Amino acid sequence: MEILFYVFGGLAVMAALSVVLQRTPVYSALSLIVVLASLAVIYLLLGAPFVAMVQVIVYAGAIMVLFVLVIMLLNAGHEGPSQHRAKFARWAGPPLLVAFLAEVAVLIWKQYGLTSTANAPAVDASPAAVGRLLFTSYVLPFEVTSILILVAVLGAVVLAKRQF
Amino acid sequence: MIPLSHALALSLLLFTLGAAGFIIRRNVITVFMCIELMLNAVNLAFIAFARRLPSLDGQLFAFFVIVVAAAEAAVGLAIIVALYRNRNSLAIDDVDSMKL
Repeated sequence: MEILFYVFGGLAVMAALSVVLQRTPVYSALSLIVVLASLAVIYLLLGAPFVAMVQVIVYAGAIMVLFVLVIMLLNAGHEGPSQHRAKFARWAGPPLLVAFLAEVAVLIWKQYGLTSTANAPAVDASPAAVGRLLFTSYVLPFEVTSILILVAVLGAVVLAKRQF
Repeated sequence: MIPLSHALALSLLLFTLGAAGFIIRRNVITVFMCIELMLNAVNLAFIAFARRLPSLDGQLFAFFVIVVAAAEAAVGLAIIVALYRNRNSLAIDDVDSMKL
């Protein structure tokens, strides 16, 4: 089972590299779909089937379709060379990135070492259990979410329609 | 068994890649995709901790993050469309009206 975690984890990291390094947006979008799908498999391995399915349907399905549609609509092609990039970022960026990675990795290692994610029997994470919790303890955030989505839909329509 | 530290390390790698891409990319749409990458890295940490505790609340937080990401994608892409209409360009270097 855990070999699948490393296979799909490696796949996710490589596809994420591709998202960052591709110069054509549609290639980045397709690589991002690979990241999202491999993360869905990892969620399944970590005992979260409901979130895995939501990830595939909402993220890899709906959100990425929206992205690809906008790329197509705006005819986003190859990214040209940058005109004005700060010299500072070029030589200070990579070392700072590596320092950040190393620092957080050491923190994680010191805190958790090789302790397993599964230290106790898993809770019932079936869609029924998730739904029950969603409509009891989390009913207020759930309702606020519906208002948020309504506002987002209105905002998207107004922004895309009107000329500014 | 999957060690918690390995799941968190994967989350860290994805988040760092997303943050790096956010800074080095020059196309608005790619920058936006890097934000999605960072949100997913955070989701992975939520799910890993939810399995560790074990508790269902972490999974619900990941669920809410996905919902907010969907709303954010809709508004963000509408902003990108409006931006393209006004500037006729997707390069982030061209959007510097508020720069000193």
